[in-house]
Amino acid sequence: MINWPNFVSQLFNGLALGALLALISSGLTIIYGTLGVLNLAHGAMFMIGGYAGYVTYSYTGSFILAVIAGSLFVMLLGVAMERIIIRHFYHRPHEDQLLVTFGLGICFVEIVRLIFTSQSQVAPPPALLQGITSLGFLFYPTYRLAVVGIVAVALGGLFLILYRTRLGMIVRAGIEDSVMVDSLGINVYRVFMIVFGIGAMAAGFAGIINAPVVSLTPGVGDDILVETFVVVVIGGVGSFPGAILGGLIAGEIISITSMFNPGYAYVMLFAAMTLVLVLRPHGLLGTQGRE
Amino acid sequence: MSTKDFRPGRTPNVSRRTLLQAGAGLIGGTVLPASIASQAFAEDHPAIGTFPAGTSGSSAFIGISVPRTGTYAVQGEDELKGYQLAIEHINSGHELIKKISPKTSKGVLGKELKFGVADSAAKPNEAVQAQQRFISENKAVMITGGTSSAVAVALNKLAQREKVIFVCGISGSNDTTGKDCVRYGFRQNFFGQTAAAAIAPVLIKQFGKNKKAAYLTPDYTYGHTVTKSMQDFLAGAGWTTVTNQVSPLGAPDYSSYLLNVANSGADVLINVNWGHDAVLSTQQAKQFGVLDKMKLVVPYQVPFIARETGGLMQGVYAATDYWWTIEDKYPLAKMFNETFEKKFGYKPEWGAENAYVSFAHWARMVEEAGSFYPPDVIKAYEKGETLPSLVGDVHYRPEDHQCVRPVIIVRGKMEKEMKNKEDYYEVVEIVPGDGLMQKPDAFGCHLGDYT
Repeated sequence: MINWPNFVSQLFNGLALGALLALISSGLTIIYGTLGVLNLAHGAMFMIGGYAGYVTYSYTGSFILAVIAGSLFVMLLGVAMERIIIRHFYHRPHEDQLLVTFGLGICFVEIVRLIFTSQSQVAPPPALLQGITSLGFLFYPTYRLAVVGIVAVALGGLFLILYRTRLGMIVRAGIEDSVMVDSLGINVYRVFMIVFGIGAMAAGFAGIINAPVVSLTPGVGDDILVETFVVVVIGGVGSFPGAILGGLIAGEIISITSMFNPGYAYVMLFAAMTLVLVLRPHGLLGTQGRE
Repeated sequence: MSTKDFRPGRTPNVSRRTLLQAGAGLIGGTVLPASIASQAFAEDHPAIGTFPAGTSGSSAFIGISVPRTGTYAVQGEDELKGYQLAIEHINSGHELIKKISPKTSKGVLGKELKFGVADSAAKPNEAVQAQQRFISENKAVMITGGTSSAVAVALNKLAQREKVIFVCGISGSNDTTGKDCVRYGFRQNFFGQTAAAAIAPVLIKQFGKNKKAAYLTPDYTYGHTVTKSMQDFLAGAGWTTVTNQVSPLGAPDYSSYLLNVANSGADVLINVNWGHDAVLSTQQAKQFGVLDKMKLVVPYQVPFIARETGGLMQGVYAATDYWWTIEDKYPLAKMFNETFEKKFGYKPEWGAENAYVSFAHWARMVEEAGSFYPPDVIKAYEKGETLPSLVGDVHYRPEDHQCVRPVIIVRGKMEKEMKNKEDYYEVVEIVPGDGLMQKPDAFGCHLGDYT
């Protein structure tokens, strides 16, 4: 027998959870789609965004400044990482790319652990968004409600950049065929750097937005990275709309399954990914043939 | 006459060769008894596990695997500090160690303890790989690890297979000294059964009979057995389980589980999660208004949770192995707190206490056995003699190798009640261990062979 109020609550919670997953995954999918590099340090960048925001918040007490500083810091880190290390790996095998990004991720996590220890740090939500809001059918944390809106705006911003600007056009063209873009006289490596920066910024932004929802630890990105990969696989590698769809699907699967049997929430998520891989190997909104 | 006869201070007619021979004889004379003794010793006992290879030199090696990353990293670091302090005290013959192991002078049976540390990340496979390496490459005479009962159970099996003694780190599962017990494994700390037996009467007295409980349970041996023990002990007073939310270790978000709890109509939320999972789920329970609707209980206390949740443990009941303020009652606890705080700069939590005491007990057993030969050390434990600890006298049961020791019930202090910044809990009761234990065969323990 379905408990309908709980079902509606879980449906809504799935949306909120999915929105956050969509934002984190979008950065990962854009980078992979354009550069062909599966960035295993993406979770670490998500974590660093949270810590950069936390430090800014500790000094300034301003959540908005924390969001700006956290995002910018991770964007700069992403650009530096691309310029100094990643660009040397574009023409190397995928295994090398996986290893170098995985290694960088470990370094980032351990540096943060060295500075902040493993103890969790609490980044409170802005005063205006603290507390619980009644939606009629459920009571929901006000900040989580705001996160849905914030993520929607951020994804809208990313959409505008990707679909309404010249840079976005080049990025999308690069996702389809980077050799062709290069041969048209566009400096594709400069585009790669910008894309890496934007992708990292999306992770950093998500990190600080997510910080008041979870307590910050150096391992916070490791936990979310697995889910992010599932989202990208379900949505389709390299597909921005796919990341959004995949995120929402993953959020709903976790929430709804947990209502019936919480122990199976993650089992069902992986089962869904397996099903997508069998029926549509390139993902729901991915394009066949795209790496 | 040779030149030697003209050297000042030299006895005539004693050649350099003779002197060297005499010197060698003297040195040999002092060294020989020990080596002969140890050889004779080794001959008394057949080689088993890392014996006698692990103690053939001047030192003995201990393999330590604690989580330094992942969900249980904070607790693992605290545990590691307890191990380090114990080894330092054993090697120097510290006064506190001598109170627990009177025969200890310096080292164990004169061997200096050395150790290696591996990060288990609370994953059984990583812990087993690391300890296998310590056993085969370093000839570890004793291994330790835990913080996750899944790791403890895996290391139990490794210890029994390799015939190397395993002194268990934090492990709350009934299975560790229950159905997964082994002859080579020993556990000092409290566990699901004793935690539930100790805290249930306090909860019934505090909240009344016939209450509805919601559980948050991590999906592995620790979570399942602790939740089961709590349900069993509370059922007698008419408590029912309205929902049991089982989540994977290291779940990144608890919102969907907490919504189920919020809609369950429960009076009490029993959070069995541990480590960062406990911190996160408690914080999110607050965010979802769950803690305003129902009382929180933490049956298996999590070191550092009061610091990390920023006030959310205020008024919350928990069962624990150790809380530093018992030093008023137990002099050894006071000594431990002082030396620990001096070295590490904070009051020790129960992970460090368990680590320290279990190493001290092991050192005592080896000294009493007079040998590192594992079956003799095991038999020393199995005598079940009364041992000092930081929480008074305790003993190990020969049937399942579980230490019978008190469980401490604490309640989170309100901010205004705290005398200093680490005064998070008030000790409500120290429940003696004997009455908390199940019958030795209740959880299906069969220890296995000595050799």
